[in-house]
Amino acid sequence: MSTLLKVENLSVGMRGSTGVVVPVLENLSFAVEAGRTMALVGESGCGKSMTALAIMRLLPEDFVVTSGRILLEGEDILSASPKRMRSLRGNGISMIFQEPMTALNPLFTVGDQIGEVLRWHSGVGLAEAEQQAIALLRAVQIPAPEQRVKAYPHQLSGGMRQRVMIAMALAGRPKLLIADEPTTALDVTVQAQIFDLLADLQKETKTAIVLITHDLGAVAELADDISVLYAGRCIESGDADSVVSHPCHPYTRGLLDCVPQLKLGPRPPQAWSDLAEIAGMVPPLGARGPDCAFLARCREASELCRSRLQPALEPITDDHAVSCWRKSELAA
Amino acid sequence: MTTIETSTPLAVESSSPPVRPSASPGRVAFRQFLRSPSGVCGACLLILIVLGTAIGPVVYPVDPLDLVGGPFTAPSADAWLGTDYLGRDVLAGLIYGGRASLAVGAVAALITIAIGLTVGALSGFFGGAIDAALVKITEFFQILPPLLFAMVLVTLFGQKLTTITLAIGAVSWTSAARLTRAEFMRLRNLDFVKASRAAGAGDAYLILRVLLPNALPPVIVSATLAIGVAILFEGGLSFLGLGDPNTMSWGLMLGQNRNYVLDAWWAVIFPGAAIFLAVLSISLVGDGVNDAINPRLRRRM
Ligand SMILES: Nc1ncnc2c1ncn2[C@@H]1O[C@H](COP(=O)(O)OP(=O)(O)OP(=O)(O)O)[C@@H](O)[C@H]1O
Ligand code: SF4
Ligand SMILES: [Mg+2]
Repeated sequence: MSTLLKVENLSVGMRGSTGVVVPVLENLSFAVEAGRTMALVGESGCGKSMTALAIMRLLPEDFVVTSGRILLEGEDILSASPKRMRSLRGNGISMIFQEPMTALNPLFTVGDQIGEVLRWHSGVGLAEAEQQAIALLRAVQIPAPEQRVKAYPHQLSGGMRQRVMIAMALAGRPKLLIADEPTTALDVTVQAQIFDLLADLQKETKTAIVLITHDLGAVAELADDISVLYAGRCIESGDADSVVSHPCHPYTRGLLDCVPQLKLGPRPPQAWSDLAEIAGMVPPLGARGPDCAFLARCREASELCRSRLQPALEPITDDHAVSCWRKSELAA
Repeated sequence: MTTIETSTPLAVESSSPPVRPSASPGRVAFRQFLRSPSGVCGACLLILIVLGTAIGPVVYPVDPLDLVGGPFTAPSADAWLGTDYLGRDVLAGLIYGGRASLAVGAVAALITIAIGLTVGALSGFFGGAIDAALVKITEFFQILPPLLFAMVLVTLFGQKLTTITLAIGAVSWTSAARLTRAEFMRLRNLDFVKASRAAGAGDAYLILRVLLPNALPPVIVSATLAIGVAILFEGGLSFLGLGDPNTMSWGLMLGQNRNYVLDAWWAVIFPGAAIFLAVLSISLVGDGVNDAINPRLRRRM
């Protein structure tokens, strides 16, 4: 397996109105192997979308990368020219968004929108682009693609639009697909279909996937690797089976405790966002101290934790790393 | 050539409506427009006015600058709407003057929208220093009193119809620019713009195909209204004696005859009514366009 994407010590900050840069992501490192799926998991606001946008170089205006490197096949995309970046987007990396209802241009047919991406990246003509768009719609299992290619987004249901989004994201034949909560806006049966579709497409195309989700059921099923984010920091990462079956960080354990019926299959996202078992909230931006970010909510916190800084992400086994001062005790 | 093929089709949710071929946004808006009473009334009135100026000379072949009789002849079988202070035919003036007034209105509105769209789009799309500079320029033009500024321009560059048209465009583009800028700023952060970028869209595509069409609805409404405003503007300039003396227009008729309104009401009332009806019909059309576009916007958002 070769490493496709390598994120090294990535830090992102938000420039406030006063000019102070508030950290949003701190020292984030992870790698995505070619053809594999890595899940980014964490509560709302912990920085999952910002990680995705940083990789796409599409951070909102006030957000800046303060340090780190993002390597796509060894090429540092943080220093790529805007022109190079444009050709990487869609072709090297592409992204599907959380909200399929608003992620398509309402004024053009889905065929136009998919066809346009095909024309940028493979230089085909109009007629050929439409044929390929139909083939892509068929590949994402949209019924009657010859007709649907002429449909406007408002004529399609949410699930269909998300399929169109996936088709559009795959049109440039990316090596890496970032799926930012691709099913959160859909109902449960459709969610399962979309996850199945992603898994099927990955088998066909060997595209690596970064899957951002709240759905630990899907993570257990789809992901090869997991990184758990908390307050902009990676607190546990490693092989998916190992992290899900032997979570070591108290936060990951809390997350998994919130899904007692994990083995019964995917659960609605509501069950996730309450996080009934973990008291308190993610510290807001700017209120994060230098010590363990989870300290205030941690049931395992000891005097030791209070007297020290944020623990480093360190391996406990070959394929499993944890950022916690008490990891050895907890792992035991 | 796509290699992405999946062998086992899943049960796909059946809730999607069947594909209707006529659902293009333009056609939907047009059907909606036909349902707006004010829009349809305005459009009919406007078509009548335009037809009148277009085929008028066939029905009523009189030169508007010829002296056809004595000054201040009341409406009669010879001069249907009477003559003005020089003895020129008022109806012929209305017909030919309408051509000039409507043309000035349409071209000035086009200039207004073209400048406004360009400035607003660049400003709203790029933000930062470009935006700051363009906003400064816009504000500069905005604080100048438009009529006074147009008067200065016409005085400087000559009382010709082209100058007048350009002057009207030059003083009235700021609101279209602000509108476009605001729309671009709103749209810029929407998901489908981010999604286009993520798929590799360049700036030109984003501006022209993604943002502009979506920013257009309110701009179209303001463009419609801009035609009416430009006609009024031309009238105002002519009224103040800054019209083109060699080209008959409604404003010129009004301006030249206003001192004699007590002797010959027809030479003032008819061009005044023409301006009023033209502006009214255009406002009604603008209303209809607004009705046609906004419900769709609301449904879509
Ligand atoms: N446009 C913005 N302006 C200011 N702050 C923002 C903006 N977008 C996000 N943030 C803040 O940045 C932090 C990281 O947000 P991010 O969107 O990455 O979270 P997330 O993990 O994707 O959450 P969710 O599950 O809700 O999508 C959050 O604290 C959020 O409040
Ligand atoms: S370092 Fe301490 S406070 Fe932080 S997660 Fe581990 S046990 Fe809890
Ligand atoms: Mg998010």
